[in-house]
Amino acid sequence: MYRYDEFDARFVAERVEQFRGQVARRLTGELTEDQFKPLRLMNGLYLQLHAYMLRVAVPYGTLSPKQLRMLAHVARKYDKGYGHFTTRQNIQFNWPRLVDVPDILADLATVEMHAIQTSGNCIRNVTADHFAGAAADEIEDPRPIAEIIRQWSSLHPEFSFLPRKFKIAVSGAAHDRAALKFHDMAVEIVRNGAGETGYRVYVGGGMGRTPYVGYVVSDFVAKPDILSFLEAVMRVYNEQGRRDNLFKARIKILANALGADEMRRQVAVEFEEIRTSGTLTVPAEELARIDAYFAPPEFEDLPDDPADGADGMPRDIPGVDPDFLATNVHPHRAKGYCIVTISLKPIGGVPGDATAEQMDALADLMDEHGMAEIRVSHEQNLVLPHVRRKDLPAIHARLTELGLATPNAGLITDIIACPGLDYCDLANARSIPIAQKIAERFADLDRQHHIGELKIKISGCINACGHHHAGHIGILGVDKKGVEFYQLQLGGSGAEDASIGEILGPGFGKDEIADAVERVVEAYLTLRQGPDERFLDTYRRVGIVPFKNVAYGQDLHAAY
Amino acid sequence: MARQMLTANRLRDGAVLYWRGGGWVETLAEGEVHADPAAADAALAAAQSFVARNEVVGTYLFDVQPDGTPVKEREIIRARGPSVRDPILRKDGGKQAAAPVPPVPEDPYNVSI
Ligand code: SF4
Repeated sequence: MYRYDEFDARFVAERVEQFRGQVARRLTGELTEDQFKPLRLMNGLYLQLHAYMLRVAVPYGTLSPKQLRMLAHVARKYDKGYGHFTTRQNIQFNWPRLVDVPDILADLATVEMHAIQTSGNCIRNVTADHFAGAAADEIEDPRPIAEIIRQWSSLHPEFSFLPRKFKIAVSGAAHDRAALKFHDMAVEIVRNGAGETGYRVYVGGGMGRTPYVGYVVSDFVAKPDILSFLEAVMRVYNEQGRRDNLFKARIKILANALGADEMRRQVAVEFEEIRTSGTLTVPAEELARIDAYFAPPEFEDLPDDPADGADGMPRDIPGVDPDFLATNVHPHRAKGYCIVTISLKPIGGVPGDATAEQMDALADLMDEHGMAEIRVSHEQNLVLPHVRRKDLPAIHARLTELGLATPNAGLITDIIACPGLDYCDLANARSIPIAQKIAERFADLDRQHHIGELKIKISGCINACGHHHAGHIGILGVDKKGVEFYQLQLGGSGAEDASIGEILGPGFGKDEIADAVERVVEAYLTLRQGPDERFLDTYRRVGIVPFKNVAYGQDLHAAY
Repeated sequence: MARQMLTANRLRDGAVLYWRGGGWVETLAEGEVHADPAAADAALAAAQSFVARNEVVGTYLFDVQPDGTPVKEREIIRARGPSVRDPILRKDGGKQAAAPVPPVPEDPYNVSI
């Protein structure tokens, strides 16, 4: 894992003390709320519907046992005993008191954590594939480049007054688990024809009021040039981004207005200028130094198991729930290892929540099995990236005791839901209770497996923190004269086949939406050409019409 | 004309407050319902002294029905606390749920209730 150098440690410690002073001055009135608000937001502190909310960064989604224990400590000492993991790989605490926040930040700093770049019009903390460094389909671990981007972007004078917030994601694998094309900018590690690794860069993706799928702005940027290239994109945005209109200020609007060709041309001009100055070249030694922080653990030379499936995955391990093996255990790049998804989606629970006790127990489990890292996924789950297969029975047994072994990763009850109107000041409608209702409706595991991969994503307002545009089934909460309604969207995807869901029609009431989802799912089961055809594939084959009729209570037309 | 109530957050800890008789209370049920707009505006104006003294932030009026129930779902949830039922993990469902966070110590900047 990345370890703070002297500069990082001093920077974070200074920020804590600055914020302590700012809070004190706010309480005495030296700072007005208008003056204080941007300062608290720069430290991840929001005022929400009921209370303050502190959003803590988990850079590239990686946590050590020590950090996990610290999050448990914060939850226990300063909050209500739990933390909520978000679609930005962050953790949010819903009830901190303003007077305690400087102490919370000081505690977090002792384990190299902070809440910087989790809010405001800056480059936000970079998110990464949660299987980074472990996935069987990966070219290279993307976290070193994420860290380099962090170092380049934190406090960069050109980026401290951007037109709007700016989100970057990175991945090193062919299968996109990081929703690259829905980010302002994204970096994918690729190999060119000569077999060299470099970066493909996307821009202009985003969700919210005006969703766009990002496009490629360069197919291959050589490794030493990556910061020059990213800075060139930022310059084009900084100069032309719509500061005059909050709703048009994200780079996606500019990227769409310019079009891919013009964007590429302008970026190329800036890139050439920056590159010839040579000041932003990333030296190979620096890359190697950062790479070393993310070096994988020494993998033991473990034997293949002849009973494994063609994908190298275990089919049957005594003592491990076969359903868990089928959905929550994934292929690893090293023989004898696997990746384990810890579902934070128990049926009837709040998607993304973990209690202080669970976090502490997970940290102990990591120590017991020599696992140095745990990951936070943008799908609001946790991931153990390097698990020896022979340890699976013991790990599965412990996860079961902790209520963390729900075998539903990637299935219909593995729902993403934003905090919604239960917590969020901007919300139009509740998200969490809708997720709970749908999960309960589909609780039967056989039914879930019969349905197969189906991603439901729920947002409580158009800001789309719950990624509803990218849901195979997306649900958007709207407000009609103070009453909650829900729009259904179908056919979105946040993976490499990214697409934006289409709106089905008028919204459903809060007591109708689970029924509508169920009718859509039942229609899919009738329409699909076999169990291997996912919901998304069927939708893309037959289009929206058959689902539309059924969702509003009509029978599936004979033509389908 | 709609009836209105006045709300704010306490600066020190963010707690939701309601206006009553020139000060603040912590529950909607204890809050004051203003039957006419002039009285509501007067309460909002009076509340600015608490803003100026850095005791509360975010004062605003919202509509309630004749029985005192807020018109908007948002205000109902804000008054009652989160509506999420979570028998498994969360213990913050609603104001009645026990909050293990210790009370804010009294000091000159605390809001008089
Ligand atoms: S999508 Fe809207 S309701 Fe949900 S967390 Fe984001 S801003 Fe809040």
